[in-house]
Amino acid sequence: MAKVLVKGNEAIAQAAINAGCMCYFGYPITPQSEIGEYMGAHLPEMGRTFITAESELASINMVIGAGTTGTKAMTSSSSCGIALMQEAISAMCCAEVPGVIVSVMRGGPGLGNIAPAQNDYFQAVKGGGNGDYKTIVLSPSTVQEAIDLTYRAFHIAIKYRNPVMLLADGILGQMMEPAEFGEYPFDDPDTSSWALNGADNRPARNIVSLHMPEGAMEQLTDRLFEKYEQIAKEETTSESFMIDDAKLVLTAFGSVGRIAKAAAIKARENGMKVGVFRPVTLFPFPDKDLHEVAKKADMILDLEMNKGQMLLDVRSAVFGACPVEFFGRTAGGLLTPDLIYQKIEEVYKKIETKTKAGVV
Amino acid sequence: MGDMSVIISGFGGQGALFAGILLCHAAVVEGKHTTWFPAYGAEMRGGAVHCAVNISDSEVPSPIIDKADAVIALNDLSQIKFENKVKPGGFMIINSSLSHVETTRDDIEYIKIPLNELALKLTQPAFVNVMALGAFIEKTGILKLESIKTVMKEMAKTVSAKKAALLPNNLECVEYGAKIIKDCLMVR
Amino acid sequence: METLVYKRPESLLKDGQFTFCPGCGHGVVLRIIAELIDEYNLKKDTIAISSVGCSIFLEKFFDLDVAGASHGRSPCVATGVKRCKPDKFVFTYQGDGDAATIGFNETIHTACRGEHITTIMINNTNFGMTGGQASATTLVGQVTTTTPKGRKPELTGYPLHAAEIIAGCEGTAYAARVAITTSKNIRQAKEAIRKAFEAQIKGLGYGFVEVLAACPTNWHMKPIEAVKHIDNIIEQVHPLGVFKDVSAQETK
Repeated sequence: MAKVLVKGNEAIAQAAINAGCMCYFGYPITPQSEIGEYMGAHLPEMGRTFITAESELASINMVIGAGTTGTKAMTSSSSCGIALMQEAISAMCCAEVPGVIVSVMRGGPGLGNIAPAQNDYFQAVKGGGNGDYKTIVLSPSTVQEAIDLTYRAFHIAIKYRNPVMLLADGILGQMMEPAEFGEYPFDDPDTSSWALNGADNRPARNIVSLHMPEGAMEQLTDRLFEKYEQIAKEETTSESFMIDDAKLVLTAFGSVGRIAKAAAIKARENGMKVGVFRPVTLFPFPDKDLHEVAKKADMILDLEMNKGQMLLDVRSAVFGACPVEFFGRTAGGLLTPDLIYQKIEEVYKKIETKTKAGVV
Repeated sequence: MGDMSVIISGFGGQGALFAGILLCHAAVVEGKHTTWFPAYGAEMRGGAVHCAVNISDSEVPSPIIDKADAVIALNDLSQIKFENKVKPGGFMIINSSLSHVETTRDDIEYIKIPLNELALKLTQPAFVNVMALGAFIEKTGILKLESIKTVMKEMAKTVSAKKAALLPNNLECVEYGAKIIKDCLMVR
Repeated sequence: METLVYKRPESLLKDGQFTFCPGCGHGVVLRIIAELIDEYNLKKDTIAISSVGCSIFLEKFFDLDVAGASHGRSPCVATGVKRCKPDKFVFTYQGDGDAATIGFNETIHTACRGEHITTIMINNTNFGMTGGQASATTLVGQVTTTTPKGRKPELTGYPLHAAEIIAGCEGTAYAARVAITTSKNIRQAKEAIRKAFEAQIKGLGYGFVEVLAACPTNWHMKPIEAVKHIDNIIEQVHPLGVFKDVSAQETK
């Protein structure tokens, strides 16, 4: 199949359709409104469900309803809209309801602005909902990867009966580049053993998130965390770019992951050994892989369009194996190749000073 | 030819964003890598809009452009805003119909084209955005003019009859842009 | 000759014991729902949506598939289920705190969309499970734990009349308010819920039945006083009636 020029938001929507998403429930918000518009134009004529819900509270709870029947469903929103969904995401994890949530981040806190930002890493990965739970978070950096990870999001949501969040930002949502859709590459597991469809000649089922008997909630949470460990074993993904001999390794996710590559290429052209490590799954975080990278590197420079959110996971993964520096801009301030390059020059001098001191 | 980055800017309604999309589609036709990134905002009409386009033989890591090889400024505000975004040695196409602002750099090339006047003389309705594109392609050789025309013809098949009827005007404008650039006032 | 005069509905779990306070209205309404599901042979096709409050433990009582919803969001969960399984029977069971207070926006929009689902809303004019705080439907002057001197309109406004508002939505096929204080009006309540079920079965639209029910514990009344309180006081503010019935309009 040939590559087509496609906008990030529309690529996600079309990929969801290809993945067999039967229902889309959403509420408009910049910079992701094209997803809902695309779904509104296509789903009804395919005999699938499209609803502009009364709020993000409503849309995510409609996703829950669809999910309890074992049906693939999706919602999408941005920062403040995703904030409204947190209670339901916690409930989905507890009741083990599958569903896909697309978050196209904008500047915050508050209503913030509509510019590209990455200040909702915590919101996505650590969760704003209550209780011990984990949302699977996938972070694309190109339009092609947005398509591939949308496919994967639908598959693993059903596979693990867990919500999966596709965490994009305004750059990826609004940009266009050539990409190839291909066919949905997964065989999804059968849902008939747990989905609700009426207690016909079988015991009644329930999918609920309240567990009052003594010890029941702890027992359930322990089992959920065994599942999360399994997810970490099977799904952890990262990308390494020019990393083998790198003295300085840039860590970045999403759009910044690709912008960092441009700066790393320029640094290589100027004799600096710089590589990029990009987590693709943010939960599960590729901590073991990053630790191995850190053991070989002289320094890590973490780059984010926020005030240092993934930084906590980076430091925890590096665990003292090498120094970690941070450079970020927030709330719509863009990290450009030149800005990153200037920071590379600055921290690279520290590496060289140390190396010289070591030799002496 | 290798890499090319260009910023296309104008006021809402001039088609700056659409010109960038046409350019990207043409790059895809030629099997090149490309990215288009718009400044998206709250304005539907009348505000200042721009997009950043990369065209390359290899993968484009950053859709964000610090300094562009070229800027196409369709009005005076765009000229002021993006004059310093041009790389030394790069060039700027200025729509001199809508901008009489003094140029301030001596390390870039300025190409002033009275796009509105020329377009109005040529055909009705006329399109300054595609005329500027024609000039840009002729000047850089980054893509073949034929590729843009192919894209326009393909697009015309997917839009309303009212819009499709404007295809001849668009083709005329893009061709004229390519032709006129040689005769234009060039200031170094 | 022996005649069977009482039979436990099949849709109730055989070992499911109602755990409500003495005089509480929930048990009566849950039984009516179970009887109707049996009558229409819907057990194998039903997905019940529970809510938050004393209405929460549906899976403890019903031998039916149950999906749980967060506080106020049952109509959304029901919408998701019904759109995926249009041939199934889907109802929400909520209280006034859930459907008329935290979730009234969802209730209204579900009605306006004309979702083919049914909502049974128990109105006992307070938040029962959390200890009797004032809700949207609390009467003016009613003493609750958050209005110890009675609900004062100048501070907390006026009671919300859910059934009348829902009746005003175009997508609503049936909206009524009933009570369960006498054998007679229990029979009438069952007929109202039957109509709301039929609205869904026939594909007419959204069905909504508000049931005035006693909460003796939080009202600090004996069960018999609580029942009289509904008849004499609450019905003055939340009057019984059928506020919309599309099927009746059609037959006229």
